[in-house]
Amino acid sequence: MRSEQGMPDQPSVDHFVQQRYRHGFVTDIESETVPPGLDEQVVCWISARKGEPEWLLEWRLKAYRRWLKMRPPNWAHLKIDPIDFQAISYFSAPKSNKDRPQSLADVDPKLLETYDKLGVPLHERARLAGVAVDAVFDSVSVGTTFRAELKSAGVIFCSFSEAVKEFPELVRKYLGTVVPSRDNFFAALNSAVFSDGSFVYIPKGVRCPMELSTYFRINAAETGQFERTLIIAEENSHVSYLEGCTAPMRDENQLHAAVVELVALEDAEIKYSTVQNWYPGDENGVGGIYNFVTKRGDCRGDRSKISWTQVETGSAITWKYPSCILRGERSVGEFYSVALTNNYQQADTGTKMIHLGRDTRSKIISKGISAGHGQNAYRGLVRISKQAGNARNFTQCDSMLIGKNCGAHTFPYIEVGNATAKVEHEATTSRIGEDQLFYCLQRGISEENAVSMIVDGFCKQVFRELPMEFAVEAKALLEVSLEGAVG
Amino acid sequence: MLEIRNLHAAVGGKPILKGLNLEIEAGQVHAIMGPNGSGKSTLGNVIAGREGYEVTSGEVIYQGRNLLELEPEERACEGIFLAFQYPVEIPGVNNTYFLRAAFNAQRKYRGEPELDSMQFLKRVREKLEILHISDDLMHRAVNEGFSGGEKKRNEIFQMAVLEPRLAILDETDSGLDIDALRLVAEGVNRLRAKDRSIIVVTHYQRLLEHIVPDAVHVLADGKIVASGDASLALKLEEQGYTWLEQGGIRPLSDHAGNGVRA
Repeated sequence: MRSEQGMPDQPSVDHFVQQRYRHGFVTDIESETVPPGLDEQVVCWISARKGEPEWLLEWRLKAYRRWLKMRPPNWAHLKIDPIDFQAISYFSAPKSNKDRPQSLADVDPKLLETYDKLGVPLHERARLAGVAVDAVFDSVSVGTTFRAELKSAGVIFCSFSEAVKEFPELVRKYLGTVVPSRDNFFAALNSAVFSDGSFVYIPKGVRCPMELSTYFRINAAETGQFERTLIIAEENSHVSYLEGCTAPMRDENQLHAAVVELVALEDAEIKYSTVQNWYPGDENGVGGIYNFVTKRGDCRGDRSKISWTQVETGSAITWKYPSCILRGERSVGEFYSVALTNNYQQADTGTKMIHLGRDTRSKIISKGISAGHGQNAYRGLVRISKQAGNARNFTQCDSMLIGKNCGAHTFPYIEVGNATAKVEHEATTSRIGEDQLFYCLQRGISEENAVSMIVDGFCKQVFRELPMEFAVEAKALLEVSLEGAVG
Repeated sequence: MLEIRNLHAAVGGKPILKGLNLEIEAGQVHAIMGPNGSGKSTLGNVIAGREGYEVTSGEVIYQGRNLLELEPEERACEGIFLAFQYPVEIPGVNNTYFLRAAFNAQRKYRGEPELDSMQFLKRVREKLEILHISDDLMHRAVNEGFSGGEKKRNEIFQMAVLEPRLAILDETDSGLDIDALRLVAEGVNRLRAKDRSIIVVTHYQRLLEHIVPDAVHVLADGKIVASGDASLALKLEEQGYTWLEQGGIRPLSDHAGNGVRA
């Protein structure tokens, strides 16, 4: 949808809804996709398609105009072929049921084999593999039950689009306040074209009665490549949010650029756990998802706490730095990460802990595992600002190498502007020891089990931060991801 | 139980074992002594099948079959246990979990049912009691932060749980003080059984005061150069290895060096 015309100064939604017909968009909602390319009209079209209010369209356009002046970041330790942003289609409605596999019999047997190894329940497999919705049983009733329980607690948990319609004042108040659209190239792109995502609001004093997982939000399976999540925890509230899925997701989008914003007010706590297992490409490095994510939490209130836990085993390229802005006095930020790269996967991941308030504390535990030709970089920034008296940080950054062709890299940045700060950094790099392996073998344990046991032990500090059932799955996932890495 | 015939082995292309002969009957304890670099540890590693220890010629027959064609984990499952000179740390892996994985892998190999964690714990407690080992070792990660004595005791404890047919204790006494040495030795003595053979590799006679062997062999330059009963160890202690080299005992020829039969 390239336009020859100039943009009107005040584009109205109606105007673009009409334009879409003029440009011959198919009206059949189920198969709607815009042609590749990005310009202001595409942004307007997406906004109109979603029936958004004008302020949001303005916000998107502003982001788009900034994006035009930005360049993709090139400082990461990643080898990426240039991405042609005009070759990508920026809106694709969820696939219609008739385009999806009609039953598990139509799904790639390799994918099903992996589900089997991971112990994914049978009814879950169909949903993950993208089988037509009405062929997926159970989930709907499960989802409904949970939504009722959340509602009675006053918790809002819905798609981003719903939130824009039903809680526009909340969205408007917080959107872009943690990750401004100008923040970076991919955040700007996401702000211009985001498709959907999740919205969570925990009212004052409420402890969310259950772990919030996209599992319970049925329509979350296909939020698309430009996902946007906003979580707000009011004073003295508590929420644990689980994102992602341990089983590989059927996904045809190669570029993912998500934005996640968390806001924790006074005494609030947000725990955000991610298990990311997007398609990593094949053993020769062909294909795979490019994952460029901006995740940031704002500890806005005193004594608030934000804790990120991530297990990243998928994607051909991972570029993400879940961060905490420790604004409130005595606020706490934590980052626990396991990143695994096998075959030709590349990861440049870490965190930023920005200490602004007095007596703020942060803790970083990063475990990088490289196998095959994988390249794994930890990149972290700890900044203690001038006014952040008595701030403390502890960073532990461990790398494990499996085999001889992989690499581990560490880029810690520490900026201390206040003499009362206490910052500790520990880093180790180890090769999975021939002596460790032989020790296990000599006790009768097979090589494959030995490797997964050693890796699991290496990751323990992070796994124990994950909710119980997630931890079990994450362990199984590492085993599957490391298959064939040794020997 | 074990018969080694004219074994030659190299590490990194360098010959270490140069025609070693040894025979051990079921139920026996044999000590192997010798100066540094004589090939003592190499022998243990060759029997256990460690990568990089290349057998260039000779035979190792274990319970009537060719041991050298088995993978290291198969050898373990067949009942061969090596107590490491330097037990390896595996951070984050619980000691009990590790041992149960090993125990069940061996049961599975033999076609026996695996034990669940309750059944396994019961067994572990029995063994701990027999060896007078405190159970706090069980809650820690494999050898991580263990003192030298704790590491060695953990090896003997693993041996007690896994109940091997043939155990090789590679300098289990090194780095132990007298009390720890006695504890380890008592553990080993409790594990002596008529269907189990034990090879004790050591530098010093003092371990053999506690674990009295059925036979003592002296290894020098990759060969057994002398064999005798427990008194040989005493003699070595008094006179040192140089005494051997000076011809105090005439080295046994390759063909006669089969050790002592009980």
